[in-house]
Amino acid sequence: MADLRTSIGKLELANPVMTASGTFGYGTEFADFVDLNRLGGIIVKGTTLHHREGNPYPRMAETPSGMLNAVGLQNKGVDYFCEHIYPTIKDYKTNMIVNVSGSAIEDYVATAERINALEAIPAIELNISCPNVKQGGMAFGVTAKGAEEVVRAVRAAYDKTLIVKLSPNVTDITEIARAAEAAGADSVSLINTLLGMAIDAERRRPVLSTVTGGMSGPAVKPIALRMVWQVAKAVKIPVVGLGGITNGTDAIEFMLAGASAIEVGTANFIDPAVTGKIIDEINAYLDRHGISSVRDIIGALEI
Amino acid sequence: MKKYILDLKVRETVAVGKQFVLLRLTDSEPLPEMLPGQFVEVRVDNTPSVLLRRPISIHYYNKENNELGLLVQLIGDGTRWMATLKAGDTLNVVLPLGNGFTLPTSTDESPLLVGGGVGVAPLLYLGMKLKEMGVTPTFLLGSRTENELMQIDEFKKYGPVYITTENGAVGEKGYVTQHSVLANNKFSQVYTCGPKPMMMAVARWAKSANVPCEVSLENKMACGVGACLCCVEDTKEGNVCVCKEGPVFSIDKLSWQI
Repeated sequence: MADLRTSIGKLELANPVMTASGTFGYGTEFADFVDLNRLGGIIVKGTTLHHREGNPYPRMAETPSGMLNAVGLQNKGVDYFCEHIYPTIKDYKTNMIVNVSGSAIEDYVATAERINALEAIPAIELNISCPNVKQGGMAFGVTAKGAEEVVRAVRAAYDKTLIVKLSPNVTDITEIARAAEAAGADSVSLINTLLGMAIDAERRRPVLSTVTGGMSGPAVKPIALRMVWQVAKAVKIPVVGLGGITNGTDAIEFMLAGASAIEVGTANFIDPAVTGKIIDEINAYLDRHGISSVRDIIGALEI
Repeated sequence: MKKYILDLKVRETVAVGKQFVLLRLTDSEPLPEMLPGQFVEVRVDNTPSVLLRRPISIHYYNKENNELGLLVQLIGDGTRWMATLKAGDTLNVVLPLGNGFTLPTSTDESPLLVGGGVGVAPLLYLGMKLKEMGVTPTFLLGSRTENELMQIDEFKKYGPVYITTENGAVGEKGYVTQHSVLANNKFSQVYTCGPKPMMMAVARWAKSANVPCEVSLENKMACGVGACLCCVEDTKEGNVCVCKEGPVFSIDKLSWQI
């Protein structure tokens, strides 16, 4: 049994496996399938200052080895989260991390302040990269200046671990990562979904109500891996890797590229018990290679 | 209800007409309890174009012979793969998912079960449960032509069966909502599953006749457990997940214009 412990700045994880926001609900939806206490972390559904209804149906399209979604941050707002959901998740022995989204800097700050007061939430993941919200986080996530402004403002209001989730829909993701680092982020996570589109040729109409949506799943993995590798070289803060991870080997690949931890997203839909298996498979890989600690493979790619 | 991920064993794959198969599944352990109206998510293997599980309603669950029946319409690569399964093959399913139909509270009730196309599937298990309770269900099943009618003899085991076809080949010609059984009988509640325009027409009829009505929706879904928020239906309480809050809804809760 190898030592699977890793860390994201001062946040300690029992193992590198976390769940990606929007794919695992609040964790409790998966409690019949996975021992939630075994996970390195659970990043719960994107939370905004106010209640959001999200986009109209249809919100999903399956694509070869992937899917598009256009949920649009449906959630009941941070007050509802604090009063009704937090009490049901606070006692799990995993890192419960809240994904914070918004469309104005003041909203991000107000939401982060509310979450800061919750003792059992040791970190937030700042979503400056959701592709499905009009004038949404994407505006911040696609320019270095926008990213720096919002991260700086939230940093001033939030004193626990601040992870900034980056959009791949940019010319140079390393530039945005460096801006987040300069503004005080403890870590960056990447990639959020890639902007995509699906058309129903028979009906001559888009499949999604929003026309375009965010693509995820195994099809995006090579792009995610490349971006994690580039960002890990560009910043000193720890990187969290995600994008199409469906098994232990995928997770190892992201860590070799430089990720200190990983998130599993779309794969939860295909196998609701996959996260537990990925932990076991990482351990088996380390044992097979005679590596005593998972930390030894972070950025250990040989070129 | 606790949910399970199970590797079920295929007992038999039975062709039902040209467009459907019946998968008879079992397990070495007793299958978990399942309610009429609930569904399962089937994992599709060895098909590169299919990533997500396929939601399939429970056609029947028979405790005595530990068997789960799934009636599958062959629509795309995923469902066609299911049709290739043979006795002894394994099928990975997550079950039971969603909420079932609200069962009557007294044996005096006279429910009407209206199905169209593959939407007839969950109504068989509902009919079985009703009969078991001492309630006689009336089935009203509709299809475009005689070719899409299926399992009629199975339905007849549990109650009278009325049929409409749009071409008039079997039963009365027209839509289910035009069948004379609606005018000539009084029903205590209506359960319906099928194409959305049909369910809306049934809901409109039930509302005008002042009969409570439940519909089973099949919005496109991914996770099946209320996590991804893809399969939402607009209700009087806002967008809710069909997989978790449904798939069965009282028409009073939906924001349908009926």
